[in-house]
Amino acid sequence: MEWETVIGLEIHAQLATQSKIFSGAPTAYGAEPNTQACAIDLGMPGVLPVLNEKAVHMAVTFGMAIEARIAPYSVFARKNYFYPDLPKGYQISQMELPIIGAGHLDINVDGITKRIGITRAHLEEDAGKSVHENFHGLTGIDLNRAGTPLLEIVSEPDMRSAKEAVAYMRKLHELVRYLGVCDGNMQEGSFRCDANVSIRPKGQTEFGTRAEIKNINSFKFVEKAINYEIERQIELLENGSKVIQETRLYDSVKDETRSMRSKEEANDYRYFPDPDLLPVSIDEDFKAQIKAKLPELPDTKKQRFKTAYNLDDETATILSSSRQLADYFETVVKLSGCEAKLCANWITGDLSAALNKAGLEITDSPVSDIRLAGLLARISDNTISGKIAKQVFEALWQSSSVADDIIAEKGLKQITDTGAIETIIDKIIAENVGQVEQYRSGKDKVFAFFVGQVMKEMQGKANPAEVNKMLKTKLQG
Amino acid sequence: MPLSANDVIKIAHLARLGINQQDIESYTKDLSSMLDLMTQMSELNTDNVEPMAHPMDQMQRLRTDLITEHNNREEFMTIAPQVEAGFYLVPKVIE
Amino acid sequence: MHTKTLTELAQGLRTGEFSSIELTQAFLKRIKQHNHLNAYITVTEELALQNAKDADLRLSNDKADLLTGIPIAQKDIFCTLNIKTSCGSKMLDNFIAPYNATVVEKLNQAGAVMLGKLNMDEFAMGSSNETSHFGAVKNPWNINMVPGGSSGGSAVAVSAGLAVCATGTDTGGSIRQPAALCGITGLKPTYGRVSRYGMIAYASSLDQGGPMARNAEDTAILLQAMAGFDEKDSTSVNIPVPNYCSGLNNSLDGLKIGLPKEFFGEGLNNDVAVILETAINEYRKLGAEIIEISMPTLKLAIPAYYVIAPAECSANLSRFDGVRYGYRCNNPIDLTDLYTRSRGEGFGKEVKRRILMGTYALSAGYYDAYYLKAQKIRRLISQDFKNSFTKVDVIMGPVTPTTAFGIGDKMDDPIEMYLSDIYTIAINLAGLPAMSIPAGFVDGMPVGIQIIGNYFAEDRLLNIAHQYQHVTDWHQHTPKGFE
Repeated sequence: MEWETVIGLEIHAQLATQSKIFSGAPTAYGAEPNTQACAIDLGMPGVLPVLNEKAVHMAVTFGMAIEARIAPYSVFARKNYFYPDLPKGYQISQMELPIIGAGHLDINVDGITKRIGITRAHLEEDAGKSVHENFHGLTGIDLNRAGTPLLEIVSEPDMRSAKEAVAYMRKLHELVRYLGVCDGNMQEGSFRCDANVSIRPKGQTEFGTRAEIKNINSFKFVEKAINYEIERQIELLENGSKVIQETRLYDSVKDETRSMRSKEEANDYRYFPDPDLLPVSIDEDFKAQIKAKLPELPDTKKQRFKTAYNLDDETATILSSSRQLADYFETVVKLSGCEAKLCANWITGDLSAALNKAGLEITDSPVSDIRLAGLLARISDNTISGKIAKQVFEALWQSSSVADDIIAEKGLKQITDTGAIETIIDKIIAENVGQVEQYRSGKDKVFAFFVGQVMKEMQGKANPAEVNKMLKTKLQG
Repeated sequence: MPLSANDVIKIAHLARLGINQQDIESYTKDLSSMLDLMTQMSELNTDNVEPMAHPMDQMQRLRTDLITEHNNREEFMTIAPQVEAGFYLVPKVIE
Repeated sequence: MHTKTLTELAQGLRTGEFSSIELTQAFLKRIKQHNHLNAYITVTEELALQNAKDADLRLSNDKADLLTGIPIAQKDIFCTLNIKTSCGSKMLDNFIAPYNATVVEKLNQAGAVMLGKLNMDEFAMGSSNETSHFGAVKNPWNINMVPGGSSGGSAVAVSAGLAVCATGTDTGGSIRQPAALCGITGLKPTYGRVSRYGMIAYASSLDQGGPMARNAEDTAILLQAMAGFDEKDSTSVNIPVPNYCSGLNNSLDGLKIGLPKEFFGEGLNNDVAVILETAINEYRKLGAEIIEISMPTLKLAIPAYYVIAPAECSANLSRFDGVRYGYRCNNPIDLTDLYTRSRGEGFGKEVKRRILMGTYALSAGYYDAYYLKAQKIRRLISQDFKNSFTKVDVIMGPVTPTTAFGIGDKMDDPIEMYLSDIYTIAINLAGLPAMSIPAGFVDGMPVGIQIIGNYFAEDRLLNIAHQYQHVTDWHQHTPKGFE
């Protein structure tokens, strides 16, 4: 039988606020255990939550970016369950009236664009962490993460393969970072994914029974976990068994998913409106303020790069993949006054290669946008050749000097003085009579030999266009 | 009675509330009487009535995103039942 | 000294008739003397004397507030920095709060001297102060009788002269009912008027802290210090606090008093009804117009309340799990055992009953029938009040159906206990302010009258109470043996 996979994702994105969603404790990652958990985060008696404006701001920003309905009125609810990393015995979340309603995100897989529906996105608080090692058989609880704001983004079951799921997750990852609402750090758990996976016979409209795979923290694992799960479910159904609706955990070491029965029992969360918090109202003013500051989104930017800078699709995609890279590119174009294509080639070529090699992000580039623009300007005005430019780039990477100083210091300035070039050409022609004969008898390939010889003689500093032009004239006699 | 002893045991587990075997019967009886009392509510038609979660018809106030709370772990931990190396300790959690 | 009003004491402190230290020592002595009433869970003698010393200095510097140097006491539901806050429960018998409740902070700022922490029903769940882990509190008018609850310790401390005034909290009548049963004045403010920060939650959408004192004027002074916007409480209301004392002497001429017929029907003790009638007549003499009104939804307040309050409490009390503070059972074998035994051993029977009830009302399949239905009824009750306040200025009625009942009388019948809250509960559902003031005695036991106002009409309520106390002396009676 042919099977169709149905996937929906729930993404938890930690919002990049300074303080927690309901308290003034810091959210920074990696502090000593329980040093960033205040009385509110610890669920001490009598303390009360007050909502962080920035978290609301970020949620609405995200909602606008996915063209979602922003709820004018949303409500926080308590989700009740007992777990040691959940200090109050309930998580403050949103149930019936989430802050962000239906929206969508377009993904591109194998050249085909597909629209993925986003059901909702809601605000909630994160839980703490349990640590099982080093406590002689007991479990240690660190509540630093408790109360960190999360935006849970729930997709429609619109994806049909692991590949689509990963494309959606990547697109969302790119978007939240673009918007500056989440740092996207997956190792630190800032961007986590739960996948709902089911299969059904191709052509069937109703969904099969789904399994939820919890807490997958890399793109690679999402793909692997889903593929494993698809195989598992197909095998079950083809053997005449059933898929059980349950929560499963992906084990990346064994590359398999397994049932989490311990969390299954008594799944009655008894949601009800949190009486300590009032309904959140988002009015037109608030929305207008956010809209005014909404950055250009990746898809729009990519289109603009293609039309305004005449870039090909691939280059435009790369340059618009992060806001910082896109800004870098546009600054270089503006400051250098060079053709955009030249700037794009340098950024996606030499600069990216160097950054990759050093394991650096564009924001940490040793060659700033201003300094790269200074270099490219000199290519553009023929001060140096592209080949010499690579040498200058090396020097820029190593030092903090500007291109002009490096060029002057190392005497790399291109020779455009036709007299000087002519003298050299004449000398080369005179020294290579045989090759001149060959050329004149129709062996065009010898031309490159002459160019090479001239450039060598001139230490690469001659203007190649000038050399070509003069050589041609001279050789033709 | 609207509730059985079994119901009470289930609710008690949901609330992680240990109750003595010999008290189950009286809880069953008390809760059943409470539920009987609550059946009065069905006398009143409440179709199209907006549920009221708060006495005040107000909206949530928002707090500026500022760090106002600083590390107070040592003090908080002096009142904790069991701690070690800055962690709260509980019996082994099986995931 | 203990029979003097707050205003008189404040005057005495200023004229140098006595110092705050002397006053505090006198009260500390009385607390020891009448220890058998069990009004206090914790007496903070050393701190009180230190507070008094500071207050005397402040008084001598002329920077004093009306409350500076006045010995007061806090219900043990308000968190107090470095002092045990038990909430009347074994669960918190070892809990030393690392912070002050906003109310405590405000009273400290005013220079009040805190004598200690007052007994109460466990987690404020009870109407008799018998559910306290620290034992029942006795009514000074008759020590075989309950003082009411949950702020029973507060009412007894004021009534027996073990504090000049006290804080209380009111979720379904917990200030007004003990005030009535102990013959003192108590005010439950509008929801949101007094900060709930650091006040251990029972039912968050109903809880409200308020003052308890010997008369309306003292109540006004204490409320003045307690009330106000608090940015740490999302449900706190940002409306300026009026001067509660300035309008106390306003005339009641033309005041429209509504009497809901539902308050005077079956269940109300005849003798109590007679006292109410006398009090209402007194108001007539003061120029008020009496209007009979009807609030048909009132009778559903009890079932709605006993869904909503337990539902909220079932979640509010989940944090008491034996992990970060409070009681933890011995040698838990696993996580479930840690939870069920810590909670099973740490909570008393009434608390468990309400947690179970609330858990049930919120559980899958019952939410709509119980919780949502109760919230809809809450809306209708609130609308009933709104409608009434278009016709009248205040509503009056009984606080309790009878005078104080005997200790142990209703402990086996929780439903009967719940039904005694019939006249107070609806006010919390609507979030309105209401007062209880002494209006007479039946067989030597005090009876209170309830005055219910519109939102934020605390100043009007205090004025109405004060005018009554101007022409009557019920509030000046003192129980025998405590003169």
